[in-house]
Amino acid sequence: MTGPLLVAEDLHRSFGPTRALAGASLRVDRGEVVAVMGSSGSGKSTLLHCLAGIVRPDSGRVRFAGRDLGALTDSERSALRRAAFGFVFQFGQLVPELTCLENVALPLRLDRLGRREAERRAAEWLDRLEVAEVAGKRPGEVSGGQGQRVAVARALVTRPQVVFADEPTGALDSLNGERVMRLLTGAARETGAAVVLVTHEARVAAYSDREVVVRDGRTRDLEPAA
Amino acid sequence: MYTFGVYAMCIVPGMSIGQTFLGLLEATPRHGYDIKRLYDERFGHARPLAYGQVYATLSRLLRSGLVEVEAVEPGEGPERKRYAITEAGVTDVAGWLARAEKPEPYLQSTLYTKVVLALLTGRSAADLLDVQRAEHLRMMRELTRRKRDGDLAEQLICDHALFHLEADLRWLELTAARLDELAKTVLP
Ligand SMILES: Nc1ncnc2c1ncn2[C@@H]1O[C@H](COP(=O)(O)OP(=O)(O)OP(=O)(O)O)[C@@H](O)[C@H]1O
Ligand SMILES: [Mg+2]
Repeated sequence: MTGPLLVAEDLHRSFGPTRALAGASLRVDRGEVVAVMGSSGSGKSTLLHCLAGIVRPDSGRVRFAGRDLGALTDSERSALRRAAFGFVFQFGQLVPELTCLENVALPLRLDRLGRREAERRAAEWLDRLEVAEVAGKRPGEVSGGQGQRVAVARALVTRPQVVFADEPTGALDSLNGERVMRLLTGAARETGAAVVLVTHEARVAAYSDREVVVRDGRTRDLEPAA
Repeated sequence: MYTFGVYAMCIVPGMSIGQTFLGLLEATPRHGYDIKRLYDERFGHARPLAYGQVYATLSRLLRSGLVEVEAVEPGEGPERKRYAITEAGVTDVAGWLARAEKPEPYLQSTLYTKVVLALLTGRSAADLLDVQRAEHLRMMRELTRRKRDGDLAEQLICDHALFHLEADLRWLELTAARLDELAKTVLP
């Protein structure tokens, strides 16, 4: 299929009196890594949530592979999220009662894949993210950097078309942050997944192909002249 | 290319005195000594310009048609001349302000000058900082790609440059956030 993978046009969204988005537009091509930058409170996470169909914009439109997210029913939208989207957040996304291997296998199990095959694929992904050794541990027993790499494995195990990552390195030191970025963008490139990466750190954004800056709920596309 | 080699040489930037003069002349024609005084006040910091440098710069601008002598007062010497910017001079300074600087060490004095001149001439200092910021990030992406494909030595060299560019970027962001404050101190 041709055309952009994900397009947001002129999104507006308020929470009570707070205008979180006031005219945000963005386009993401297949396999592209786009960094969304901007200061705290500028609307980055809200933009990401609208793009992923988690938050509904008050006005404006989000299209994924040509489909208008606003026109889908709730169950269609969550089916789309499960099939085509992966998520990595700053922390708190792994189920504490499950082992790391079970956490990575979980999205496949929810898609009704057999346990054996799901765990085989999960183990492959843990290996790829250089955390095979934590397979049997629970999230509470691994380091922050290891936990984030497990989360990246879980986001990619279903081979999504887009990975949404909100400050995925926000809680890590720079060496571990860079390792997560190298592995995340490397794996995304190999599988052809696009990445929408929210960050306020320039060295993290430098792993992207392109950056978009959000200021007071508006986007500014800053493609420098080549 | 912003690399360890370049950084280690610590090149002192060729601050563009000519374009700074043009920026100062854009608002109003001025005498040579007036230009020098303004320059020293705003951009000279600890190093005021020598008179020789001032008049050499002005005659170069004259020769290139970027300024003209608007009036000559009676008496002797170059300090009697009042200089005015020409159309070509306005185009030149506008082009300089709009163009991103090549990211390299010790850029801040050039960038600071550009920001102050943009404020003085009613141009968008925010746009200027954005253009520069995009250029810095472009360079950081390039270094990150090199780092990804390189051996450990290459990685360390790229990291060195990346940390410095990151520091510059922080300065750009901080300055962007304080433009209103700066405008108050700069504008008459
Ligand atoms: N669910 C919500 N309820 C109320 N206000 C919200 C909600 N979500 C976001 N906001 C407000 O909207 C604005 C934008 O928030 P958002 O989380 O998108 O910013 P951000 O750029 O992600 O910031 P940060 O870098 O601190 O994560 C903020 O003023 C925030 O307080
Ligand atoms: Mg946020």
